[in-house]
Amino acid sequence: MRLFQAGPIPLDLSLELASGQVHALVGPSGSGKTTILRSIAGLHRPDSGRIEVGGDVWFDSERSLHRPPETRSIGLVFQSFALFPHMTASRNIEAALGHLPRNQRRARANEYLERVHLGGLGNRRPAQLSGGQQQRVAVARALARNPRILLLDEPFSAVDQVTRQRLYRELADLRQTLAMPVLFVTHDLREAMMLADRMTVIHRGRSLQTGPPMELVRRPADVTVARLLGHRNIFHGVAARDPATDAPRIAWNGLLLEIAPGNNDGRTRLAEPGRPISWLVPQSSVLLHRRDRPSLGERENPVNGRIEGLTMLGDEAHITLDVGAAQPIAFMIGAHAARRNDLRTGADARVSLLADSLHIMEAASS
Amino acid sequence: MDWQALRLSLELAFVTTLLLMPVSLVCGRTLAFGRFRGRRLVEALVLLPLVMPPTVLGFYLLAGFAPSSSLGSLWQAMFGGTLAFSFPGLVLASLIVNLPFAIQPAQRAFEAIPRDVREAARCCGMSAMRALVRVEWPLAWPGIMTGLVMSFAHTLGEFGVVLMVGGNIPGETRTMAIAIYDRTQAMNHEAAAVMATMLMAISILTIVTALLFSNRIGRPHG
Repeated sequence: MRLFQAGPIPLDLSLELASGQVHALVGPSGSGKTTILRSIAGLHRPDSGRIEVGGDVWFDSERSLHRPPETRSIGLVFQSFALFPHMTASRNIEAALGHLPRNQRRARANEYLERVHLGGLGNRRPAQLSGGQQQRVAVARALARNPRILLLDEPFSAVDQVTRQRLYRELADLRQTLAMPVLFVTHDLREAMMLADRMTVIHRGRSLQTGPPMELVRRPADVTVARLLGHRNIFHGVAARDPATDAPRIAWNGLLLEIAPGNNDGRTRLAEPGRPISWLVPQSSVLLHRRDRPSLGERENPVNGRIEGLTMLGDEAHITLDVGAAQPIAFMIGAHAARRNDLRTGADARVSLLADSLHIMEAASS
Repeated sequence: MDWQALRLSLELAFVTTLLLMPVSLVCGRTLAFGRFRGRRLVEALVLLPLVMPPTVLGFYLLAGFAPSSSLGSLWQAMFGGTLAFSFPGLVLASLIVNLPFAIQPAQRAFEAIPRDVREAARCCGMSAMRALVRVEWPLAWPGIMTGLVMSFAHTLGEFGVVLMVGGNIPGETRTMAIAIYDRTQAMNHEAAAVMATMLMAISILTIVTALLFSNRIGRPHG
């Protein structure tokens, strides 16, 4: 699939989806995620590009081909679910079974209702169903056409947190039985990590990076992706060598930071001493040195600083540590640990940056 | 009680409403979803009969219906009779007078259908026509009905335009409203009162019906 358009939301990307795989499109609001989904469904016509599904061409600007939505074999779950309010749950599903003979539709609709655990609720109108139940009807309706691709547009944003957790599990179970590719749009990174096999980070209509979600979070291609994936500890340094062992190091803030021996990617980027680079450390790999007991890993990349900000959020303490660099290091520890170590704003603290989590990127231009 | 006038009024109202149904469906939907140049202008034109004094509107319609006008001469060539001072002329005039009453509620009803829902119909494999019949019309129906009921009531009572275009010909153009005026002028207050009561009862009934329909729009469908 290739898409391009100049406006109103600029698009320039190509995507390939494999059957049976769940692929997440992640990006901030207005990045064009939903427009991409709508283009595949035929609800939006981009300026140029080509959409091909299993050998069938649905859109090809060069041939002026744009097939209307009803001729594309798609199932689309809308953010609002978009159930037909004047029809019962069962009728909603039957509405998507136009390809079957009339006398088979009711039975098939019931099968789909059973499949999403709504057996017996077929006679309810959407207004008589809870948000979670409505979402399930919407999923059943999208599957009813037996589509060649299932499209989900922020399918969990309209339900409460508890329901959401249950729907995650249900979708995870359901996807085992699906043979078609599933493309789902979300701005929630955790959602993508839980449900997707692959994910593409979208920003201003461009796909910045595609890969397994964990891989992307650990090794974002550049600083923009890293920021979009929620990394806060992004710094700028220079490639250097350890004077004793000649191993690659990051020269930063008057320190020489070591990286794990297995980080080949990082080693390549550090191969040229003196070259500016950007690097990041995940918040979870910033280890506070405790006064009560030393822990493993404290020998790695110790950094001294002064606590600049300390915010208690539930049972977590969010801390920023001023280390004399352009920006502080952010990390989290348990609230009880913060209390036991008597952490206060202005107090001195020492952290380790775990060497196997440091990730080296091309130097950010800005 | 002028039964002939009542019959004529009801006939006029029925025919007008019947003809307005497809007009309000098509125009209401086009104005709600269509994005074409001059949409605002069309909307304003549709509203015009609402603000124009009935006699002024009647005057122009009469001029347009005259055998010397292109419409009037065309009508005469096709059907023989004149358009002015005839029942068909009355129907055409009522149609124009009632455009805002029929189209506005239909337009609002179509506009109230979420875009997602219309698109979902297409994504369920329905053609544009099938989506219209199975999803849009059922959802817009209460609004369309409200408009038609209002038009019906309005036609029953329309006076100014009817008098200008139709005059006061018994059995052809003398509707209830004209008959009431006629009897009052003749100092036959009793007959006028009976007919006025009759029209008022029909009006109240109509408003109740219209409210019942419009209530169904606001309420979640269930």
